[in-house]
Amino acid sequence: MAAANGGYYVPHGTKWPIMGSIGMFTLLGGFAMLLNGNSSANWIMVAGTVIIVVMIIGWFGTVIGESESGAYNAQVDISFRQGMLWFILSEVLFFAAFFGALFYARIYSVPWLAGEGAGGMMTGPLLWPGFEGTWPTNGPGDIGGTFGTIPAFGIPFINTVILISSGGTVTLAHWALKNNDRGKLCWWLFVTVALGLLFLALQAYEFAYAYGDLNLTLGSGVYGSTFFMLTGFHGLHVTIGVIMLLVMLIRSMRGHFTPQNHFAFEAAAWYWHFVDVVWIGLFIFVYWF
Amino acid sequence: MSTSYGAHADDHHGPEPGLLRWLFTTNHKDIGTLYLWFALIMFFVGGFLAMGIRAELFMPGLQVMDPHLFNQFTTMHALIMIFGAVMPAFVGFANWLVPMMVGAPDMALPRLNNWSFWILPFAFTLLIGTFFLPGGAPAAGWTIYPPLVLQGGANVAFMVFAIHMMGISSIMGAINIIVTILNMRAPEMTLLRMPLFVWTWLITAFLLIAAMPVLAGAVTMLLTDKFFGTSFFNAAGGGDPVMFQHVFWFFGHPEVYILILPAFGIVSQIIPTFARKPLFGYESMVYATASIAFISFIVWAHHMFTVGMPLSGELFFMYTTMLIAVPTGVKVFNWIATMWRGAMTFETPMLWAIAFVVLFTIGGFSGLMLAITPVDFQYHDTYFVVAHFHYVLVTGAIFAIIAGVYYWLPKWTGHMYNERLGKWHFWLSTVSVNVLFFPQHFLGLAGMPRRIPDYAVQFTDWNMVSSIGGFAFGLSQLLFVYILVQTIRGGERAADRVWEGAHGLEWTVASPPPYHTFEKPPRVTEAEAHG
Repeated sequence: MAAANGGYYVPHGTKWPIMGSIGMFTLLGGFAMLLNGNSSANWIMVAGTVIIVVMIIGWFGTVIGESESGAYNAQVDISFRQGMLWFILSEVLFFAAFFGALFYARIYSVPWLAGEGAGGMMTGPLLWPGFEGTWPTNGPGDIGGTFGTIPAFGIPFINTVILISSGGTVTLAHWALKNNDRGKLCWWLFVTVALGLLFLALQAYEFAYAYGDLNLTLGSGVYGSTFFMLTGFHGLHVTIGVIMLLVMLIRSMRGHFTPQNHFAFEAAAWYWHFVDVVWIGLFIFVYWF
Repeated sequence: MSTSYGAHADDHHGPEPGLLRWLFTTNHKDIGTLYLWFALIMFFVGGFLAMGIRAELFMPGLQVMDPHLFNQFTTMHALIMIFGAVMPAFVGFANWLVPMMVGAPDMALPRLNNWSFWILPFAFTLLIGTFFLPGGAPAAGWTIYPPLVLQGGANVAFMVFAIHMMGISSIMGAINIIVTILNMRAPEMTLLRMPLFVWTWLITAFLLIAAMPVLAGAVTMLLTDKFFGTSFFNAAGGGDPVMFQHVFWFFGHPEVYILILPAFGIVSQIIPTFARKPLFGYESMVYATASIAFISFIVWAHHMFTVGMPLSGELFFMYTTMLIAVPTGVKVFNWIATMWRGAMTFETPMLWAIAFVVLFTIGGFSGLMLAITPVDFQYHDTYFVVAHFHYVLVTGAIFAIIAGVYYWLPKWTGHMYNERLGKWHFWLSTVSVNVLFFPQHFLGLAGMPRRIPDYAVQFTDWNMVSSIGGFAFGLSQLLFVYILVQTIRGGERAADRVWEGAHGLEWTVASPPPYHTFEKPPRVTEAEAHG
């Protein structure tokens, strides 16, 4: 495709990546120091976060500027698209590790601890007599104490409806964009962002309720571990998705996108659908069954 | 698309002056060079640790270091060699070669490419810095099994974050390589005309994208188990330490193919050149590589035969593991068939490549022995395993890397290396590496466990032989550095087509190639197809 233009696009040298590395090093190094009991390391983390935020704004700002100046041809567009899809695949596999832990606990380790199967023939009766191995559980050691669980058809179901609806509204925004209807595009994007924020607010309320009233915490055995790691990482990804969509909303209001040329919008929408699909997995396997 | 592109003025710029060139570069050759130097430095850091290990094991008893430091050495040796030396070296090759081989101007995402590299020095600063923390570096083995690794003191958090950073680097690098291959090829470079090195990297990049996030998840669970009260690997909370092993090896087994598939690619470029015949069974090589990658996701628990798995699991993982021998056998057959009745010459790269085929196959055979579940019950965690994976990683991956360096160094630098010294390097290394690792088979079969600083006296003789081989192999690599520096600084001018039997687009451009190789998509003639 580039051949049609008789040339390729190769960007200049860039200072953003090295800045990103320094920021990442500062943030994670500070976090590690904090975990090891250095209580003033949170300032190092703040510094790292600031560097990373400046880097992200600067880097994306450069790319947006180049895109607006027409520097990117169709081949660059395809590179961006493919890159985003592979990135989403890597995210899927990150979640797969935690889903794997959930399934392993439910199918293997908890029943074995209760004496089931060849794996539990001795473990159950000798080490943990009386442990029944019903799910949800905080294990035979009753780690974290008795806890309650969030019923699936309360807030989680409402959140499912919210997220699936937001998948629909982002598609309506995309249709509006393809029809060159900027008013509708901005409206539906605004609705999507609002739904995302509503989801996050409900999720935050649910976490507070779990910690405060149900004694369900990250330390509630393997149930609490898998519950909060899966929903927590998902919530983090929803937050990132909301930020992406918010940037798209601002760019839409400034008229950055054309019906033919709007990769950034589509990338954000794909990401949004990805957090949507992960949520459905969460709703079914974490909350419902 | 519209017709005018304002960016074309950027196509013709050269490197920035001074050190900033290396910090800010978006050029695939500069970044490839950075990766290769980084890998070489890490090879010597990891090698230093290996020398420490062999010095301690020279005699029974404790002479050089205390057991805790020894454990740090074995753990860090592996982490540095895998994530710091072999993987970055292959990414360096990919950066230098993939754009040239497919007829692209550069990598698809050049800024991201810079970041992929520049994360690594910071990640390894975090990792290697743990040596100076209270309690020292990680010491639970590179497989970082809980609960042992969680008793590691201050290093755990640093190690976890270092692994996260390496993972981010690898994933971004892999995305870049896949997109370059799928989207940046010259129009006439169809998929089944690509050089095999490009094919193996395409599949490796897929493995990286699929495996590295799983490792990130596994080490995140380690972190939360230690610092945030989760119970993933704590039986009292309903978790299971063995669960970590499953998650880890779901990453770990694709990882070992990440470490060897690009080596297959390099050897598949070199052998046809010096046999002066096209690669035998090109398409079967592609399919064999893809099959190995696929099967690599369903063999992971062969690392865990002794942890107590259901019988059906033991059998399943034994059979799938043995299945890998079929596509690997196809590859070895094809390399040999390529050489069959070829007009063979034995320049340095070819010597390393042939040694790769022979010695890697030895490692493959010992792998087959380890795959047999009842036999593995005896071999597990002995020096036999150490011998096995060093045959596939040192005489496999590292030999292929060195072969590739000699093969493309004239292209990269524009100078021929010293052939006589190259041959010395080869023979010193090949003899010493076998003195180093072959006796470890005997030690393992006799029952010597791995990862221990002291041993029963009946293992003394072979340990001494192995250590002598180790020191000789380590010293031989100093000759490699000398040859590299000598070649970079000067030497006989290299022709564009450095080797008369070489085919592929990288040989159609100057040695060294211009800063931006292809301004326009090159034609791909039948002679240059399949690299």
